[in-house]
Amino acid sequence: MSALLARIVSSRLFWPLVMLAVLFLINVIAFPGFFSITVRDGNLYGSLIDILRNGAPMMIVAIGMTLVIATRGIDLSVGAVAAIAGSVACSILLGAPDPADPGTVAIAILTAVLIALVLGTWNGFLVAVVGIQPIIATLILMTAGRGAAMLITEGQILTVNSAPFKVLGAGFVWGVPVAIYLAAGVFLIAVLFTRRTALGMLIEAVGINPEASRQAGVRARGLLFLVYIFAALCAAVGGLILTANTMAADANNVALFIELDAILAVVIGGTSLAGGRYSLVGTVVGALVIQTLVTTVYTVGIPPIITMVFKAVVVTLVCLLQSPTTNEALAAFRRRLALRAGKEAVSV
Amino acid sequence: MSTLIKAPAPTQTQRMLQRTRSAFTSPKYGPVLVTAILFVVVFIAGGIRYPGFFAGQVILNLFVDNAYLIVLAVGMTFVILTGGIDLSVGAVVALSTMMVASLLQSGVPAVIVIPVIIVATTVLGLLVGLMVHHFKVQPFIATLAAMFLARGLCYVISQSSISISDESFIALAVSRIPLGGGMSITWSVVIALVIVAVAVWTLHRTRFGRTVYAIGGGEHSAQLMGLPVARTKVLVYAVSGLCSGLAGILFSFYTLSGYPLTAIGTELDAIAAVVIGGTLLAGGYGFVLGSVLGVLVLGIIQTIITFEGTLSSWWTKIFIGALLLAFIGLQRVLTRRKT
Repeated sequence: MSALLARIVSSRLFWPLVMLAVLFLINVIAFPGFFSITVRDGNLYGSLIDILRNGAPMMIVAIGMTLVIATRGIDLSVGAVAAIAGSVACSILLGAPDPADPGTVAIAILTAVLIALVLGTWNGFLVAVVGIQPIIATLILMTAGRGAAMLITEGQILTVNSAPFKVLGAGFVWGVPVAIYLAAGVFLIAVLFTRRTALGMLIEAVGINPEASRQAGVRARGLLFLVYIFAALCAAVGGLILTANTMAADANNVALFIELDAILAVVIGGTSLAGGRYSLVGTVVGALVIQTLVTTVYTVGIPPIITMVFKAVVVTLVCLLQSPTTNEALAAFRRRLALRAGKEAVSV
Repeated sequence: MSTLIKAPAPTQTQRMLQRTRSAFTSPKYGPVLVTAILFVVVFIAGGIRYPGFFAGQVILNLFVDNAYLIVLAVGMTFVILTGGIDLSVGAVVALSTMMVASLLQSGVPAVIVIPVIIVATTVLGLLVGLMVHHFKVQPFIATLAAMFLARGLCYVISQSSISISDESFIALAVSRIPLGGGMSITWSVVIALVIVAVAVWTLHRTRFGRTVYAIGGGEHSAQLMGLPVARTKVLVYAVSGLCSGLAGILFSFYTLSGYPLTAIGTELDAIAAVVIGGTLLAGGYGFVLGSVLGVLVLGIIQTIITFEGTLSSWWTKIFIGALLLAFIGLQRVLTRRKT
């Protein structure tokens, strides 16, 4: 029994799930109808659905970020890439004779995704070929990317009116918001490609020890390209959902700070920023924790902008808990306890 | 029978060329020299293109408009020299302006407000430093947490803009020091230059400064040499916090208000200035004066965009990104050659 308990507690998913449960509890106390899901016009509504739907863009970005972090990297440019994707799609829709034509929408989305592909390749090139530290390499695109997005929108907030495009952000299929399907799709793709093939193991190998994995014959260069491209694609999907949600491309503010939220989700999910072992399920739980935190702040009645203070506290706590210093101190404490228990057993 | 052919002694010019070459290819001086040349070229190009650009006041305005950024870049230089990074500076600047505005509004005299803020931001920096060093949290994530905290606290103070109406504070902020010839500077420039002077002295003339360079060169070796690595690593973040607080005060001199959303992205400007100014991101090489030069380059690009008139302000971001890339590329090339 206690062995089972120990295994559950030592699982990497334990603490994030506890956090999520505590947040749910607070919500239920503050707002008893929290778990209720109602069906209106055949579509599902409720706080839980809202959390999933509003959290979907960040969750998608965080899934891409997880793989980048697993290779010891980081991608700060996801917010800028999301802004560019949204801007590109909106400007194409605006330029088209009929923005509501599904073909036009498909072209707009495809172009946005293709541009994200190019941007991801650029990041991958800087990291894998030029050898710049990931923080700095992606910082360049983070700085210049928002400027480029402003250039695409010519400094305006582009508002479009296109029913097929709006589906991405606010549509429902079989009663479930489309954004949730997209998040689930990205998650499944990531899981299938990294856990059903050797890809995930190779990514972890590069993250744990680049030199050893090189000597073992792992080609890091292609893997790095792959993860940065995947992260950029995820960012583009996230950016498209956010843009479709408001039906406006606001190059300055869309997906602002999403890179921080995504990194936070990854960290809460138990993936170490030092690279190596990663958990996609953990990231999903982490993203849910963050989105639930935001919702909780709303339902409890705290002014919503103070959320950032809570996020700061959560990051600090998680980092301190993950810190080797804390772990050593805890281990020493446990050893002392065990020793004392042993002595007592002997003396009795 | 072999004759020894004596190599001809290098002439004066050859030696000069040799020295120039090695200065440009050294990771220590190369980037700074390139930045200096870039600044001069951009300045001359601007002067040829726009009438009224070659004025002393244009140069002085670079200092007046960017005094806060100079102070920020000084603090960032300390952190980057040790191989760390501080992403919280922009948010701390905003927090500092908010604290200035709200404390002055509630009637606390400026003489008390300014030291209180500097102490508060220094303590925040110190806490970040402790997290980085003693809990081995990566600098990037620790300062990210500080950034969230500072930004959040801004909103806790107020969600809207607070204007400053304290007379002595305004007097200090708007009074100008005439330099003759119709040119003048503000007190914030004087403060920024004093900070730069103190930083240069600290880095080059004190044990703390030498330890900063030593940590950047190799933390482990610095430790083996018996240098106080732990203390120094914690202190650089405190220095950065101090500089951010002061920069916030200078920024509120400039805007005469506090607003929770100010200075978003300023951390990137500060990092860009430091990198363009020739400080190696891996740490170990770099000068405070280089960072000042980096700020001036960013400032002059901004000025040119203003003079051009047709270029929109978002071009600044793209230019900064491109410059950052170019200089990081330069760093790679220079350091690769050395190793």
